Amino acid sequence: MLDKNGIAKRIAKEIKDGYYVNLGIGIPTLVANFVRDDISVEFQSENGVLGMGPFPLEGEEDADIINAGKQTITTLPGASFFDSALSFAMIRGKHVHLTILGAMEVAENGDIANWKIPGKMVKGMGGAMDLVASAENIIVAMMHTNRAGKSKLLKRCTLPLTGVGCVKKIVTNLAVLEVTDEGFQLLERAPGVSVEQIQRATEGKLVVNGDIPEMDI
Amino acid sequence: MINKTVANVREALKGVEDGMTFMLGGFGLCGIPENAIAELVRLGIKDITCISNNAGVDDFGLGLLLQKHQIKKMISSYVGENDEFERQMLSGELEVELTPQGTLAEKCRAAQSGIPAFYTPAGYGTEVAEGKETREFDGKMYVLEHAFKADYSFVKAWKGDEAGNLIFKGTARNFNPCMCGAATITVAEVEELLPAGSLDPNEIHIPGIFVQRIFQGEKFEKRIEQRTVRTKG
Repeated sequence: MLDKNGIAKRIAKEIKDGYYVNLGIGIPTLVANFVRDDISVEFQSENGVLGMGPFPLEGEEDADIINAGKQTITTLPGASFFDSALSFAMIRGKHVHLTILGAMEVAENGDIANWKIPGKMVKGMGGAMDLVASAENIIVAMMHTNRAGKSKLLKRCTLPLTGVGCVKKIVTNLAVLEVTDEGFQLLERAPGVSVEQIQRATEGKLVVNGDIPEMDI
Repeated sequence: MINKTVANVREALKGVEDGMTFMLGGFGLCGIPENAIAELVRLGIKDITCISNNAGVDDFGLGLLLQKHQIKKMISSYVGENDEFERQMLSGELEVELTPQGTLAEKCRAAQSGIPAFYTPAGYGTEVAEGKETREFDGKMYVLEHAFKADYSFVKAWKGDEAGNLIFKGTARNFNPCMCGAATITVAEVEELLPAGSLDPNEIHIPGIFVQRIFQGEKFEKRIEQRTVRTKG
C-alpha cells in the first residue's frame, strides 16, 4: 500500500519531457518533488504563473508571488506571469498537457466529484471545472477509500459533479486504473496489495485482464 | 495625454452607492485593492454585489466588508478561507453565486471587450449549467455564459502613470487586468504613481484607455495568506 508520497511518486512517472503540467492542491502538489531531473517540465498554476519553482527560503517570501493554494513560491528561469483569462486560455485551449487533481469520488464512466458536499462543505470549485472540462489528459490522485472506509471508485457519483466523462487515469494508494468503456481497468497493483483487496475497495466495475503487475516505483 | 489622476481614495470612489455591483481584482489576498476596500468600509454603503475570485479572510480583504454586513451577494469561484462568509451563506444572509474560475475570468474579459456571451466547456453536466443554454460544437458540449455587468471595477497594480497605464507584478496580476474596462468606471490603485512618459510603452500591461481614475494607495499591507518556506540544504 502506498502513502501520499508514494502516490505522487507513481504519478510523476506519467510526466514526459516537454510537458506543461497543472497540479491541484493536496497529493498532486507533492508530484513536483518526484519528477526526473533529466527531463524538462514546467508547472502551471492557474492564478497566473508558468515555471513554478520550490518554496522560498525563509526571509525571501514575496506576497506578490503565490500559487493557486495561496502559498508563497519561487519561479525558475524561463518562468512567466499572466492574467487569469490568459491562464484559462492555456487550460481550455489544451496548451497544458496534463492535469493532476484530487477527487472525492470518481465514477466508472469518468465522472468526477471534488468540490461540494451539500450542507457540509461549500467552498467553491475554483478552477477545477475548467480544468476537467478541457484537459486532454487528467490523472486523479486520491486514496482508494474515504475516511469511513467507503470506496471512492463508484458506479455513479453521489456528490455534485465537477465534470462528466473526463477522468482517464486514477492512481490510488492501492492501484493504477484506467477509465474504459467497460469500467475501471486495473493496470497495476501497489506493492504488497492483491487484486482481491483492490476488488473489495472498488464499488464500480473493476476490469481485470490477466496478471496484474506490481507498480515499479 | 489624458490625465486620469485623482488625489486620493475618497475622490477615486466618488459616486459609489448602495446596491451597486463592483468587480474587485485579486487572488486570495494577493493583488487586492486594499485601499478601495478600506474606503468602502468607511463609506458604509450596503447591499453591494461583489464579483471577486475569493472573499478574503475573516479580518482582511473582502472579509472586512462581510463583517459589516455590507455585501448582499458574492460572485466567486472559491470562498473556503473565510468562516464568517460560510456562516452568512449557510444562514441565508448572503447570496452566493459560485462560478468556475476560468468562466469568471472570461465573463470579465467579455465585458471588457464587448462580447455579450460565450460558450465554455466548464461546468457542462454539473449544477453550474442548470438553466443555461448548451450547444454542441465538434462533438463536445458547451455552456453559454454571459458577460458581467458592473458599475465599478477596483483593481490594484504595481506601477501606473498619469495616463492610467498599468504594470502588474508577479501573480498579483491575476484578475486585475481582466477587470479593467469591464465596468462603467475602472478605479486603479497603484503602489507607485509616475508622471506620463516614465513607463516604457513596450512594457505596459493595460493601456490607460481602460482606466478612468488612478491614485497612489496610501498603504499596502500585502498580507501573506499561506507563508510556506523551505530550509536551506
